[in-house]
Amino acid sequence: MTMSDTHKTLLRGAKVLGGEPRDVLIEGERIAAVGTGLDPDGATVIDAAGQILLPGLVDLHTHLREPGREDSETVLTGTRAAAIGGFTAVHAMANTFPVADTAGVVEQVWRLGKESGYCDVQPVGAVTVGLEGKKLAELGAMHDSAAGVRVFSDDGKCVDDAVIMRRALEYVKAFDGVIAQHAQEPRLTEGAQMNEGVVSAELGLGGWPAVAEESIIARDVLLAAHVGSRVHICHLSTAGSVEIVRWAKSKGWHVTAEVTPHHLLLTDELVRSYDPVYKVNPPLRTEADVMALREALADGTIDCVATDHAPHPHEDKDCEWGAAAMGMVGLETALSVVQHTMVDTGLLDWTGVADRMSVRPSAIGRLTGHGRPIAAGEPANLTLLDSAYRGVVNPAGFASRSRNTPYEGRELPGRVTYTFLRGRATVVDGKLA
Amino acid sequence: MKRHLISAADLSRDDAVLILDTAEELARLADRPIKKLPTLRGRTVVNLFFEDSTRTRISFEAAAKRLSADVINFSAKGSSVSKGESLKDTALTLEAMGADAVVIRHHASGAPHRLATSGWINGAVVNAGDGTHEHPTQALLDAFTVRRHLSPAASGVGQDLAGRRITIVGDVLHSRVARSNVHLLSTLGAEVTLVAPPTLVPFGVESWPCEVSYDLDAVVGKTDAVMMLRVQRERMNAAFFPTEREYARRYGLDGDRMARMPEHAIVMHPGPMNRGMEITAEVADSDRCTAVEQVANGVSIRMAVLYLLLGGNESAVAAARTEESK
Repeated sequence: MTMSDTHKTLLRGAKVLGGEPRDVLIEGERIAAVGTGLDPDGATVIDAAGQILLPGLVDLHTHLREPGREDSETVLTGTRAAAIGGFTAVHAMANTFPVADTAGVVEQVWRLGKESGYCDVQPVGAVTVGLEGKKLAELGAMHDSAAGVRVFSDDGKCVDDAVIMRRALEYVKAFDGVIAQHAQEPRLTEGAQMNEGVVSAELGLGGWPAVAEESIIARDVLLAAHVGSRVHICHLSTAGSVEIVRWAKSKGWHVTAEVTPHHLLLTDELVRSYDPVYKVNPPLRTEADVMALREALADGTIDCVATDHAPHPHEDKDCEWGAAAMGMVGLETALSVVQHTMVDTGLLDWTGVADRMSVRPSAIGRLTGHGRPIAAGEPANLTLLDSAYRGVVNPAGFASRSRNTPYEGRELPGRVTYTFLRGRATVVDGKLA
Repeated sequence: MKRHLISAADLSRDDAVLILDTAEELARLADRPIKKLPTLRGRTVVNLFFEDSTRTRISFEAAAKRLSADVINFSAKGSSVSKGESLKDTALTLEAMGADAVVIRHHASGAPHRLATSGWINGAVVNAGDGTHEHPTQALLDAFTVRRHLSPAASGVGQDLAGRRITIVGDVLHSRVARSNVHLLSTLGAEVTLVAPPTLVPFGVESWPCEVSYDLDAVVGKTDAVMMLRVQRERMNAAFFPTEREYARRYGLDGDRMARMPEHAIVMHPGPMNRGMEITAEVADSDRCTAVEQVANGVSIRMAVLYLLLGGNESAVAAARTEESK
């Protein structure tokens, strides 16, 4: 794809952050003007009447699988899925093959992102060599590389050794990094298959107790406070975790947290089907947890929504529960799930959605070109949403290479009609440009 | 009856009584010189065993053969499964061979459910034990054994287990036998009490239709049947209890405890027994222990299940008589 710096687009009558209708003129890579009755003056005009204009969404937690598992996703297919979902930047997790624990691998992923052109790819570096939790990876080298890594995570595995975690938190202060922790006490979750509770007891599936997440979060917020560093909690999933993060924030500590769309909507009752499409880590929890997570996202205790987009090939889900891989794709349905669970329920307005899905994740990742206001002079990273749309999720139409969505056949609201990455449309009328 | 037998929780009281009554009719076959009925002639039953279990497999095999079905034994060891073949491909293979029923034993909880609902096969699926989930035919044979002993008139035909007090002792957490028994026995009206150290009681057990006690001595005097669960060797080093000796002292059934049981009460064990661990030799060899009888009853119950799933709902004995008069 080539960039056309002089191309002009006029969005006519868009509800900026859900507010009053405005015209938004995009010129080259930037927003040239926001107002009413703007002169098209040769611009491509898009009728955006009634649609919601948001800053381009930013995902802090995406598995693009390349290098190594190109059978489930590549940087190209993953960024296409991101664009369809309204994202203009994604953070690519480090659990690839080889692991993104060196400057070489993060630069490879970064370069593949540049080449894809569908959305910005910000690689996440591993905290420890090989995600093994034993020896710090060259965090500084990854930061100094072309990829400019600021977020480090062993996601998929917990940095469970308290000393390694402490050192990592301390070390990244040198370049304003953040450790994104996959909070899972390993001994408490040996053989874990689903949330430990009434349903796991009946189904005879190994339990993943809430305390295994909460105990690590409690330790890590204390460590972050002790060393004066930033910690980010990946895919927080329990009501108890919310309480700990709320307490840590009340102390003024630099703790941030994300929640996935699926933890805002789905519960462990779905596991009764033994359909591995519902197998995910951390596992689907209870209705009470879902409600606590929604409330925490609404009041800002949870900073952002992150997809944990985890593509898997069909055969890894077309099997018995115990043999199945953990994870769900999420990029293409995230905004719809957030509309359904947070906006249509009155918990969050569109300004709030922009904050939780663009502004705050950009701030956590220290991305400068994303999560900006929709105003003249700002980079034209934008997402246009038809919030009145209602549609049934059909994975056959996904841009992702994988189809492991838990929402197949479910009606969800909202559809991204246009996504702009620095002024250029990556999605036009709901389809890839 | 449903098309499959996946969970004891799927059985209504009437379903369960029908299976027990059918088993009672079929059990009479065992007393005849020729133990075979032609009911399932030409039907194919596959025993699909991903886990070693000689006892359960030969029980199903004997049941199917006594009903004249063709039996194919498919064991994961030494088969394509050990070379990495998926459950799906194995199922498609069996389907292509025309399996009318698949009896599956699998280490993964939910594998039989998946097999029955995935569309991979059309035949009936019988759960012969899945992970730590369920083992419904074991629960049925246990209920059958209890009914025979405690309702001696006409072997309890037509009756359920209303008001009977049944105690299940041991590693409930990892026991598919316990899960199926709690569902089935409570459906049949029995009052079930689980006894185990707190480490071996599942999280969330409060929602189960049973009582829980940590004290075996407090329960043995008020029970009609005590069911001892096998303690797996691998649990012994995982901090569920301090030592084997302490477990045996607190949760094992010995002669003293048995002596405190009501006179009519029986001792059950699904086998294989760990003598000296959950049960002493004295108890295992006493005439109150029904372990061997349970094995025999297992064949009758599995005949009944296969008959009802594959043969239809008419009386098994009526069918047998019809066949005899031909």
